[in-house]
Amino acid sequence: MELDGVMLSRMLTAMTLMFHIIFATIGVGMPVMIAIAEFIGIKRNDPYYLLMARRWARGYTITVAVGVVTGTIIGLQLSLLWPSFMEVAGQIIALPLFMETFAFFFEAIFLGIYLYTWDRFKGKWTHWLLTIPVMIGSSASALFITTVNAFMNTPQGFELKDGEMINIDPIAAMLNPAMPSKVLHVVATSYVTSAAILAAIAAFAILKGRRGQYEQKALRLTVACTFVFSLLISITGDISAKFLADVQPEKLAAAEWHFETEKGADLIFFGTLNEDGEIENEIRIPKVLSFLAGNSFETEVIGLNETPEDERPPLWIHYMFDTMVSIGMFLMATSTIFVLMDRVKKWNALNKPLLLAILASGPLAMVAIEAGWILAEVGRQPWIMRGYMKVAEAATTSDSVGLTFVLFALLYLVLGIMAVVVLIKMFKNSPAEVELEKRFPNRG
Amino acid sequence: MNYELIGITVLWTFLYGYLIVASIDFGAGFFAYYARIKKKDHLINDLISRYLSPVWEVTNVFFVFFFVGIVGFFPATAYYYGTALLIPGSVALILIAIRGSFYAFNNYGSRDSTFYLFLYGATGLLIPASLSTALTISEGGFLDESDGNVVFLANELFTSPYSWSVVFLSIVSVLFISATFLTYYADRADDQQARKTLRQFALFWSMPTIVASLLVFMSLQMHNPDHYDKAVTEYWWMFGLSLVCFGLASWFIYVERHYGTAFIMVMLQFFFAFFGYGASHLPYILYPYITLHENVTNEAMALALVTAFILGLLLLVPSLFLLMRLFLFDADYVKGKKK
Ligand code: HDD
Ligand code: HEM
Ligand code: HEM
Repeated sequence: MELDGVMLSRMLTAMTLMFHIIFATIGVGMPVMIAIAEFIGIKRNDPYYLLMARRWARGYTITVAVGVVTGTIIGLQLSLLWPSFMEVAGQIIALPLFMETFAFFFEAIFLGIYLYTWDRFKGKWTHWLLTIPVMIGSSASALFITTVNAFMNTPQGFELKDGEMINIDPIAAMLNPAMPSKVLHVVATSYVTSAAILAAIAAFAILKGRRGQYEQKALRLTVACTFVFSLLISITGDISAKFLADVQPEKLAAAEWHFETEKGADLIFFGTLNEDGEIENEIRIPKVLSFLAGNSFETEVIGLNETPEDERPPLWIHYMFDTMVSIGMFLMATSTIFVLMDRVKKWNALNKPLLLAILASGPLAMVAIEAGWILAEVGRQPWIMRGYMKVAEAATTSDSVGLTFVLFALLYLVLGIMAVVVLIKMFKNSPAEVELEKRFPNRG
Repeated sequence: MNYELIGITVLWTFLYGYLIVASIDFGAGFFAYYARIKKKDHLINDLISRYLSPVWEVTNVFFVFFFVGIVGFFPATAYYYGTALLIPGSVALILIAIRGSFYAFNNYGSRDSTFYLFLYGATGLLIPASLSTALTISEGGFLDESDGNVVFLANELFTSPYSWSVVFLSIVSVLFISATFLTYYADRADDQQARKTLRQFALFWSMPTIVASLLVFMSLQMHNPDHYDKAVTEYWWMFGLSLVCFGLASWFIYVERHYGTAFIMVMLQFFFAFFGYGASHLPYILYPYITLHENVTNEAMALALVTAFILGLLLLVPSLFLLMRLFLFDADYVKGKKK
């Protein structure tokens, strides 16, 4: 591997995006969780849930800040690192990017209002209503940015003539084939990840011996949300796989180590490749890949051998796919078990193994997000715009990318550590019970 | 329809918006730090944080809007600026990142760290200085294109009197704009002591602002005579109006009256100067490589962007209005009686 400008640009882009996505995911999902908690709190007149919404919102200010600054970085970095790509693609994907800034605006304005008006309005519901534009704004930014990414996978809405784009149709470019499945899956996984992280925090508190009402209510609510959203992700993940089988078969084939086109294709789980390119040590589930690709065990799935050799994505994305899917199963299993055990009085849902599993589900969900994106992005290689422009043609010609890489790596390290430290301090200094006494002294 | 003119006007207007709101923010950081080391922070820092907390994210979006918009309307800017500005652009980005996040860490997290406040104050001056170089570069002479390769002539930039006068202007304007706004805000809050301190800041920074503007004019004449000629022959009246507004603003502040009008005058002062500068800069976006008419995006995209912009404004204006009503024009909030 040579560390030339292209490679370094890819590494820097990947690093920035992988750091940003942590906060972006929380940014999309958390408003929904806050809105749910405040809704229940007002509806049942229950101070515990109102406090939950407040505390989550307070932590959210920190992740938003890091999300905003890293997002600003990506926005500019795309032009700095991929000038040729932005010059060509800018002709056609400027619209969703531009619309995304409006979504940011909308979200930023109402988030500012939301955070500083807890006790400002007379009607109880007025403050809750502010969560609606925040949810719309953040989910809409996910929609628009994912639209851009989908366009890179399945570009359409233009013709290429002598290197110039003609007959440009921005709307058709936005409504590209990859868009619906991607957007649905990205939004659903953001929700599930936020719920799982909050659940992990509640589980941690309970494991530490803080078994108050606040912690138990928080755990029940967040695990229930994880359960509902995890159903959503298995549906949307399935849709994504079917989409790939249909439109971008080389990505699915590389992710699944599926080389020969065949009917009744097996699903390969983990495993290794030997020197001759044969699969070993795998778990093989007969015909399930065909089912994943087309809802029937006899669906024909296109193999990687159909793709010219220099246009095949790297095979290691297989592990990313398996990691993501395994974590999806794990999230669904833990949350289902908890919800069931919690229903039956004589079972103790707060047993230690289950709490540990819930504790793990938060970080794991974030790992799945990263794995999923790496699968999606590396699975697009060698293309930056599939079928039109290769990554190598798009990178900057500047030779100082190495230095910038180091600078940004340091920056993310500092920001990451600071964010964690500040968040821990924020909640250590004001435990839930104390805050509850202070804010709601007359509760029954 | 002349989409490129609509496009650049919209973008320029947003950049102007960013200039005002970001200056308030940047300058506030400096004053907050200055007040801390002079042990006067109890006088003004609460006031500053009451204004900034709800709005800093919105300020940032103004900036994002501008650069996403300019790449959208004029994709060639991505190519030229992108290739050339990797290092300075990255430095500016890191500064912005430090500033934004440390503001949040300090304000929402662990309060009262002088070190955070220092970072906050220092970046408040460094960011405008580094961002202003993008405008400097647009005058031409700092980029070189050969064999399809764009090279940034950093030495030229560091030795150019024009570039330094722009940096100087950007810093003093930030402090002047910020001080006049905060004086007004303190006045609304009925906070006598804060007002007194901030009024002194405003008066102190008014003269350097004018001196810096003159320096920019003089060095522009040397650096890009065409632009200078166009500015003084066709648009002299804009700069004249700017000067008048400056005079009125300073007068109101000096006689301790009409602080609101004074701030509006400062906004107009910069409005006329900024648009005078912008209008005389045309048709070039980046001299001599990018022009308004040749490098505009395709017609379909331009139409789509303008449409999106109009629809977006319908959403934005009422929301911004609500934000201002709650945090700027609500006397009780400004006075700190409401949380
Ligand atoms: C909590 C995170 C998470 C979990 C549990 C899952 N996914 Fe996922 N997946 C993502 C998070 C994610 C993602 C980060 O959101 C990706 C990356 C790019 C994208 O569009 O979504 C993604 C991409 C992605 C793709 C590639 C889409 C493309 O490139 O066009 C497929 C085929 C799947 N997923 C399928 C699944 C299946 C069958 C799952 C089983 C339950 C699953 N995902 C669980
Ligand atoms: C936020 C979640 C995302 C993550 C974690 C992510 C991750 C990555 C990774 C790992 C690469 C390097 C691939 C390689 O070089 O092998 C990459 C490349 C890239 N991504 Fe993404 N990506 C994300 C979303 C997006 C979106 C939404 C866009 C569209 C605007 C985008 C645009 C790019 C570009 C332009 C490159 C460089 C070209 C390339 O290497 O393919 N990414 N990203
Ligand atoms: C699917 C991947 C992504 C998602 C879901 C996402 C979502 C978000 C969200 C929700 C925010 C607001 C910060 C917060 O509320 O926490 C944000 C900030 C931002 N994102 Fe991303 N983002 C993604 C990838 C990208 C990419 C690839 C770009 C570059 C084109 C980008 C550009 C930005 C910018 C410029 C900001 C800052 C906006 C501001 O100033 O408020 N994002 N992103």
